Parts: sequence; structure tokens; C-alpha cells
Amino acid sequence: MKSSFIGRVALVAYLVIFFGYLLGPLFVMSMTAFNSSAFPSISPWACYTYEWFDVLFKDERILNGIRNSVIIGIGTVILSVSMGLAAALVLTQVWPKFRSTYYTIIIAPILIPGVVLGISTLVFWDRVSNFLGPSTEAFLHNGIFLTVLGQSTFIASYAMLVFVARLQRFDPGLTEAALDLGATHTQAFRKILLPFMRPAIASAAVLAFLASFENYNTTTFTFGNYPTLTIELAQKVRYGINPSISALAFIIVMLTIFAALANEAYRRNKQRNEDARLKGVPRKAGRVLPSFLTGNPAAIIFVLLSFVVITMFWTAQSYDPGECKARVLAEKQALAAERIEALRQQRFQQRLEAAHSGVDIFGRSTVDPTVTEAPAAPESNGAFGGVFAPTNLNSTAPAAEPESNPGGAFGGVFAPTNLQGTDGN
Amino acid sequence: MSVGVGVNLENLWIRFGDFVAVRNANVNINGGDFFSFLGPSGCGKTTILRAVSGFLDPSEGRVLIGGNDMAGIGPNKRPTALIFQNLALFPLMKVWENITFSMEVKGASTAERRKRADELLDMIALEGQGDKLPSELSGGQKQRVAIARALCAEPDVLLLDEPLSALDLKLRQHMRTELREIQQRVGITFIYITHDQGEALTMSDNVAVMRAGVIDQIGTGHEVYDRPATPFVASFVGENNVFRGKVHEISGTQALLETNRTGLLRAEITPAAIGKLNVGDDAMMFVRPEALAPVGATVPEDKTVIPATVLNEEFEGNSYSVFLEGAGGKEIKMSLPNLGQDPEASKGSELSLTYDARNAVVMPAGELASE
Repeated sequence: MKSSFIGRVALVAYLVIFFGYLLGPLFVMSMTAFNSSAFPSISPWACYTYEWFDVLFKDERILNGIRNSVIIGIGTVILSVSMGLAAALVLTQVWPKFRSTYYTIIIAPILIPGVVLGISTLVFWDRVSNFLGPSTEAFLHNGIFLTVLGQSTFIASYAMLVFVARLQRFDPGLTEAALDLGATHTQAFRKILLPFMRPAIASAAVLAFLASFENYNTTTFTFGNYPTLTIELAQKVRYGINPSISALAFIIVMLTIFAALANEAYRRNKQRNEDARLKGVPRKAGRVLPSFLTGNPAAIIFVLLSFVVITMFWTAQSYDPGECKARVLAEKQALAAERIEALRQQRFQQRLEAAHSGVDIFGRSTVDPTVTEAPAAPESNGAFGGVFAPTNLNSTAPAAEPESNPGGAFGGVFAPTNLQGTDGN
Repeated sequence: MSVGVGVNLENLWIRFGDFVAVRNANVNINGGDFFSFLGPSGCGKTTILRAVSGFLDPSEGRVLIGGNDMAGIGPNKRPTALIFQNLALFPLMKVWENITFSMEVKGASTAERRKRADELLDMIALEGQGDKLPSELSGGQKQRVAIARALCAEPDVLLLDEPLSALDLKLRQHMRTELREIQQRVGITFIYITHDQGEALTMSDNVAVMRAGVIDQIGTGHEVYDRPATPFVASFVGENNVFRGKVHEISGTQALLETNRTGLLRAEITPAAIGKLNVGDDAMMFVRPEALAPVGATVPEDKTVIPATVLNEEFEGNSYSVFLEGAGGKEIKMSLPNLGQDPEASKGSELSLTYDARNAVVMPAGELASE
């Protein structure tokens, strides 16, 4: 009795920790999209705001990256799904002794590091265009073309694995039956095999699109003039980030949740219709809910979540965090003024002491602001060069502050002044 | 009834590498016949069917359908339709779409197909079930859909590859009758593959018995059962008691066999062996369990008597199977009809068995079907 209770508690604790580990970062990141502080953070909470969505949708580079990612994603889906399907079909047809060798060759790109694939794609097509002459350069050096090819080399292998799994359950007798009934080979393929493969094609397409969308290490060599979203994000990190990236993450997370819920709701609804049809009883609507929603939690959550999002859109039109932001700014300025005052006091004290002790030349170095400041402002000595310190986020902080932390681990890339520089563009 | 299209196999050989699946098969199947290939699994009967339907090319010899050589003609161009062992119904299509698939590939309109599907559904007694998926049907219903789908293609020859093997006994018996009825109604040639002799005997006009790629005998069910051509056919089709020995004397169509353990036994020489059996040859005599009977107190002069001891008795509903031991430990099986009273063959009792020599066959010794 007791041990089962402990077991259950342990299980719940494990699940909480596991899901926390899995989903916690996403949740925190989504939250930061609504905090007005200039660096993605939830603590301290400044003001609830939608401004980062505005920033996001005004950021030409991000939008351009999304556009390129989508174009490349679609290209990759088309190329790798058709290559994967062809490869899987060949696997079922190929001479049995050659089958395992063929399989190894086809699967190899998954095992090769993406970086190598990227470089080799670049080098190979460069050679090809050299060989074919400069007239092909415009096409063969095109970032979209190269990226689609480079990504497809290994994404096609993923797609093939999906198809092989499905094909193993295909009864070749069905194709024979179709031929026997007078179908041509093309008709047998189109009417029998392809419909059977449709679910696998759909999942391979989704897989290929996601793999393409998130790919960085192959793309980084091939993108040319068409940086994808991942490339843009990586470059942004180099120059300092702001919560508009959190806003983008929030949108992607929400899209994922909505897609999953819609799929689940559709599936459940279909299943229930099927059950009802087999039993011969029409589906009853619940007392409160329409029939689509009864016994379909996914659909209910979908509808509720839609309401939440619509409400957010609606409030975003009229909500203005200006007052709150002004207050936070004032608080920060007051805090900064206080600290400057404290610093001045300290320096004054030190100078006094130095004068009293009579040290002249060497004493000058000890009163140097960069050194004396360190103990006074411990936040600035953190591993991240104090980038997470709340006071740093105050864009109107005194210019003396940033000078104090040039030695941070990231060389101050996250420093707010840098951010201001890029935003100003 | 119209005369259907016949199928001829001429000197047909099919090899897979070194393995000979079919060895010099010569078969004439008359138009409108219900013709069965009967044999144990792996004897090459399915291979023959695939050669007729066009999925396999013969290594040697010819396949003629309606007198036309089928060499180089693909399965989709032949006037045959095959019913697969596992039926191979298209799982994603509704029943009516399955049935009219052969019309769909020819470009028939939906209305046309619907109409034809309804006709065929009527014929197979599945009215109004056209919108179901195959997975929602029972085994027997699927079976009938497969038949309707094949018939919809209006083939001249319908090929059936053990289509009843997956069904339970009751359904199998029912479908046998139904298949035979359908065949007689549509009047096309049926070629039926089975390892179940009951199916072959009840349905077929003619049966070919196959063993390891070789056709041992072609004949009507009666001929195959009563006058088997080889020891294999005698032991594969139905049950038989086999007595080995040497030919002692030949008189007309009968022979007297000097058996190893049971003494002299008389039997009819099977038609295929007439003229091939000489005195002193190794021979085998077969007598069916139901041809044996215990004799009363008086033994008729002209009948042979086999003394035996009852070992065991099994009740089988319509009959009793009596297992006996003859001289020298020879195992003998006798079948007695259940006439509502206990047979006088209680365990341990000694019986004298007799049979009519016209119900027993003798032939040159050869290979038996493995148990």
C-alpha cells in the first residue's frame, strides 16, 4: 500500500521533471515574447507587451529568411519525397543479393555529417558549372538550388525510411490483381500503390519540410544570397538578440499545437463516425455541445485555444503598455542615479584615502574607474559580461556602465548598446 | 450453355534456376469445364496457374488460350482473371469499386460501373453492401466479392488459387456448392487449384493430380478416386490401405498379388497399368477403408479373406473408423457406416475382413504420398 503510493508519487515527480525538461524552455521562451524588457527574460517582469510581434513583423531579414525557408522547404519536400519513394520502390525490386548493399548506400547520407554534405554539394556543383561553362553559373550557383539539392541528399534518405516501412506492409498481390484485371502498369501504380502510400507520403512530406526548415549545418555552406530563417537567426545571435525571436518561437509553437490538435480532433471525429456507422446508430449531439465536440477533448481544447488567441489579437489592438513602460523606465533611472551617486561617493572616499596615504603614481591606477567599479557593481562581472543584469537593459543607462564589462565571455555581443546599434538600421 | 474457351498446355516446362517446378505438362482443358489441379503444397500447381495468367513465362512449351499462343502477352492482356489465395481485394476501395476495377481502368463512367456493380452484388447475394469497405465484410462475403470482381472483367477463363483455404469448414462447404453453381450459370472455364481433394472431387469435371512438378493423372473425379493411375494418386486422393508384393498371376483385367505379409490378394488392374504388369513384378494393391467389411460366420467362396485384430475404434459421426492389425503387424483401416448401432468390432476382437476384388486396384510399385 505504502510502497505503491511512493511509487506513484515518484512516477508523478518523474513525469513533472521530464515534461518540465522537455517543455520548460519552450514555455519560458514563449513568455519572454510578452515581456517588454529588451533582452529575452521573464525575471524581472517589466511590462506585458505585444511590441515584439511588431518588431518581428517589421524585421525584413527575418521575414525574408522565413520566405526563403518556405521556398527551400517546398523544393526539398518535392525532391526528397520523390527521390525517397523511387529509392524505396527500387529496394523492393532490386536483386535480393544486392539489397543490403543498396540499402547501406542509400542510408549513408544520414550518417555523413551535414557539414560535409554542405561542402561537398558546394564543391561538386561548382565543378559542374565550371565544366558546363559560365552560362550555367547563374543557375548552378543559385543559393536556393544548391540548398535544396544539399538538403535533399540526406532528407531523401529519411523519406525513404518512411516509405520502406510502409511498403513492407504492401501486398504485391494487389498490384498483380490490378494487372490481372486489365490495368496497365501505370494504372496499377497510380490506383493501387500510390493510394496505399498516401499516408506515408504525407508524413514523409511533413518530416522533410521540418528537417529542411530547421537545417543549419548543410545550409550554411550553400545558401548563397538566400539566407534561410535558421541562418538569419544565427547571424542575429552574433549581433545580439531581442524578444522578437521569442515572438517568432511563440508563433511556431502555437502553429504546432494547433496543427496537432486539429489532426487529433479530426482523427477522433472520423473514428467516432466510423464506430457509429458500424453500430448503425447515428451520432448523438451532447446536451450542451454539438456532436463534433462531444467526447472529443482535442476539439474542445482546439476551440478554447482559438478563443484565447483571438482574444489576444483583439486586445493587442487596443492594449498600450506605454504607461507601465514609462513607470519601469523611471524606476530604472532612479536606480541608476542612485548607483551613480553611490559610486561617486566611493570614489570620493578612495581619493581622500589615497591623498592621505601619500601614494602618488601607483595610486592613480587604483583609482581608475574600471577597477574600482568592479566591487561596486558585481553584476557586471558575471560570465555573460553582465548581459542579464536588469540594469543593463535600461537603454538610457549612463554611458559609463558598458565600459566596465568588455571582458565578458561573449565579448559583450549581448550588450544593450550593441543591440541599439542593430535596431537602428 | 455456350461453349467456353479452352486452355491447352503443350510440353510446358517451368524452371527456377536448377529447380524444375513444372515438368513437361500436357493438359487439354475443354471450354466451359471446371478443371482442378490437385496436389500437395509445393507440387507446382500454383506455378502452372501463374503461367496461364501471364505472371510467369514458361521455360519451354506453350500456353494456349482459345487456341491462341499466349507467349509475350502480359497478364493484363489475357482473357483470364485470377482469384488470389488471399483474395487481394483492394483495401482502400469500397466493395463496388473493387468489383468494377476492371471497368475503371478501361475508362467506364461511374454510373455504368455502379449499375454493373449492383448486378453483380445481386448475383453474389450482397445487395446493398457496395459501399462497405472489404475490411467490414466476413470471410465468405470477401470471397464472393473477389469472385464478382473477377467475373466483372468478363474473362474467358477464371483461375482460382486455393480461394477457399482460409475459410472455416462450414463456409468452405457452402462456397464449394456456390462456386459450382456460379460456374454453371456463367458457363466459362474455371481452373481451380487446391490441395484439398474434397474440393477437387465435389466441384470438378476433370481433375489433374500433380506430384513434384509432374502430372500423374488427369481424369474425372470418379476415375481419379476409383482407378488411380499411380500409387501416389491412390494414396493422395482419399484414404487407402496399401499392400505390397509381387504379381503372382494375371487373369484378364485382374491380377493375383503375392503380398509380403497378408498372403494372396486379388484386385483389378488399374486401366493405366494394363499391359505393363507382368508376373513377378513388384506391385502395390490398394483397397479403400470403405471397401472393406467384416464377414459373418460363412465366408463367400469367391472373396479373399484377411484375418485381423481390432486395435482401436474411432467414432466419426457418419461412420466408424476401425484400426486393425493384420498378419505380421500390417496396419489396416476399415470404415463402417454408422447405422445407429454399435459395430461388432469391439477392441481386441478378431475379425475376418473381405472386399470385392472389383473395388481394389493393383499397379506397379511406386512412390506414395507422404503422410
